[in-house]
Amino acid sequence: MKFLKKIRVALAILFFLPILLFFVDFTGRLPIQFHALLKFQLIPALLSLNVIMIGFLLVLSLLFGRIYCSFICPLGVFQDVVSWKSRLFKKKKKKHKFNYTKPQHLLRYSILIITILVFIAGSSFLVILLDPYSIFGRFASQLFSPLVIWANNGIASITNGMGNYTFYKVEHVRFVPVAFGISALFFVTVAIMSWFRGRLYCNTICPVGTTLGLLSRFSIFHFEINESTCTSCGKCVKNCKSECIDIKNMKVDDSRCVTCFNCVSVCKNESMKFKIRYKKSEKVVEENISKKGRRTFLLTSGALVGSLAMAKATNITGKKDSILKRKPIMPPGAQNVDHFNTHCTGCQLCVSKCPMQVLKPATLQYGISGIMQPHLQFSTHVFCTYECTICSEVCPTEALHSLKMEDKKLTQIGIAKFRKDMCVVFTEEKDCGACSEHCPTQAVHMIPYKNGLTIPEVTDDLCIGCGGCESICPVRPYQAIYVEGVTKQVFAKKPEEAKKFDKVIDDFGF
Amino acid sequence: MKRRDFFKSAVAVGLASVINTESFAATSNANGMAVQSDVDMVAVMGGEPAAMLTRAIKEFGGINKYVKKGYKVVIKPNIGWDKSPELAANTNPDLVGALVKMCKNAGASEVLVFDHTCQDWKKCYTNSGIEKAVTDAGGKMVPGNDESMYVEVDFPRAVSLKKNKIHKSLQECDVWFNVPVLKHHGGAKNSISMKNLMGIAWDRKFFHQNDLHQCIADISTFHKKPALNIVDAYRIMKTNGPQGKSGNDVVLLKSLIVSPDFVAADTAAMKMFAQVRPTEISDVRYIGLAEKLKVGTQNLDKLNVKKIKL
Repeated sequence: MKFLKKIRVALAILFFLPILLFFVDFTGRLPIQFHALLKFQLIPALLSLNVIMIGFLLVLSLLFGRIYCSFICPLGVFQDVVSWKSRLFKKKKKKHKFNYTKPQHLLRYSILIITILVFIAGSSFLVILLDPYSIFGRFASQLFSPLVIWANNGIASITNGMGNYTFYKVEHVRFVPVAFGISALFFVTVAIMSWFRGRLYCNTICPVGTTLGLLSRFSIFHFEINESTCTSCGKCVKNCKSECIDIKNMKVDDSRCVTCFNCVSVCKNESMKFKIRYKKSEKVVEENISKKGRRTFLLTSGALVGSLAMAKATNITGKKDSILKRKPIMPPGAQNVDHFNTHCTGCQLCVSKCPMQVLKPATLQYGISGIMQPHLQFSTHVFCTYECTICSEVCPTEALHSLKMEDKKLTQIGIAKFRKDMCVVFTEEKDCGACSEHCPTQAVHMIPYKNGLTIPEVTDDLCIGCGGCESICPVRPYQAIYVEGVTKQVFAKKPEEAKKFDKVIDDFGF
Repeated sequence: MKRRDFFKSAVAVGLASVINTESFAATSNANGMAVQSDVDMVAVMGGEPAAMLTRAIKEFGGINKYVKKGYKVVIKPNIGWDKSPELAANTNPDLVGALVKMCKNAGASEVLVFDHTCQDWKKCYTNSGIEKAVTDAGGKMVPGNDESMYVEVDFPRAVSLKKNKIHKSLQECDVWFNVPVLKHHGGAKNSISMKNLMGIAWDRKFFHQNDLHQCIADISTFHKKPALNIVDAYRIMKTNGPQGKSGNDVVLLKSLIVSPDFVAADTAAMKMFAQVRPTEISDVRYIGLAEKLKVGTQNLDKLNVKKIKL
């Protein structure tokens, strides 16, 4: 029985480590296929209607209970790492000091129901905030990744000075204060909860945990205490991260147990067993939700659902330059705003893997319901690379549909808008042409102006909105050419090819 | 050897203070490394890049005239864009690799290659084929998109670009070679040897804000001149430059133009280019502006030009 815990730990490392490394790898060396591990996450599987994966997770949970929480969910493994580390800092007596606690049904079921209701009303706001995979993704992208980059740059400074360029400096341009703040808040909350109380977060707040807990009540395998051989030593209770072993009634709360096998590995006489459930319907000690509690729940959920449904897709308005009022630019593959805002959980995987770091977590660009979903923000040298489909390939929820390279090069994520009266050629009457230089489709091209000068012109239906022009336009404080986002991504016209030169040149010309 | 060079430079400097310095431009640089050459320009046509390069350098007196044993060499090709070699957006990797090999054989202690690219630098270095060609030949690629590697330089002779940060590998090397590719260019009309110098600078926005053509001419007054400008015209881009849209923008010319004179190299390259796409050289304003700044001469008849067909 003790080997079961070892298997659990091995599986947890097998999932957690590649996921973490994939998020923080800024070199792009780890194969993109690593993103397949994220397809195992429950909320992405549901959002992408991945029937096979949903079926697999259903079977897994009906067989073994909430084992998902112990090795597939990176936030779960993160909490296990934290509570494991916390033991190093505790005195010997208090090292394993978990205790049975009463379940918090009102709290966790209301959170689950409100999340579902808000989603049905059309807003993914709570899904974004509470999806455990996405929470971990934001830790990795907003908190861990900058540390990795900082360390890398330190090493690069030293090795570059010695003439070795294997390590090279990278800038971290993805810092968005609101996203950082939210990620940090969750990090502190989950870390503190797991430091002191193990899987408290999983059993009080996480809607995925609550959902799986509904299934695990009927799981085929579960933990049972052999009442005749059990000595009530309490070792299992002290080691139970979910604090769900009621030794008085010799019962394990299946809805909170995360099948981590800590209990069987410490039970001295094998009284704690992982075995097939004999009776289908179990006598469960339920905590009754009081009438007052029910009323509060209905009122708060009604208010929350109403306000969030109305808050969907509001934009920042202002009387300033139109660049500040523009519609947000969705990554390629988003198809349209409604699809994107509904399906994206703000996990930051695309943000982390974008080689140009042009994808950033939004604050209110999509409205409150789109908080932390990615949008494109251009700056010097930062735009959407023409020959790249990485974001659409790695998205685990199908918020971004995977695009083939030829299709991506025609996908219009925005349209360039040229303000002639701000252009250097118009104001200074000197050559520039930087925007056209950077246009991969020549939607922005130069036309004759005056005195031998040329000035840009935009052909809207050739433009794919990559932002090359905006990123390089030297005009400040607001560029003379910028990209306006679209609400529906259609195909641009295929750029015309030049005529081939068919004569043979065999003279120097001078 | 060093004393002779010192004496030559001392005489040059002494005479320059009383005589017009124009005629000395092609024979010495501020580093005091005077390279005497009878030939001012060599143009080769009809061979593979390595063969054409070998022939051209031979006409100039051999690579050992430029690269001594133990020298630190820098090669600055055009690696601006994330495009494969046959699209002619970057310098031909075979040419760059051949030059690296030549310098290593001449005894160079290290050969560094870089460019301040316009797109994702790792992709440009790889997909252009230049990184592989360089490392196979024993050279080293240096990142060009790290601001800490650029050091401020003054351009006293310039009109607009009075100062800019320049890649420090150029300041620290013993000799460097400018290896552009001949292209049409939407902003500057054509990109040849002088335009290629934009890739040694950090603040390229300044060029576009302050009269692009004047700034290109200005940066060519950089006090540390390349020993040679080696213009890759094996494949040229005739339309839709600097990125190009497809293979139809490319013309196979199988040529090479080598000269220490920026203005002469660009003028010759333009005359060659005009056979494919008629262009008024006066529209490529930076060439005339550079001549005004005494960077070089457009008058090819005054120069000793060798034309070779392989």
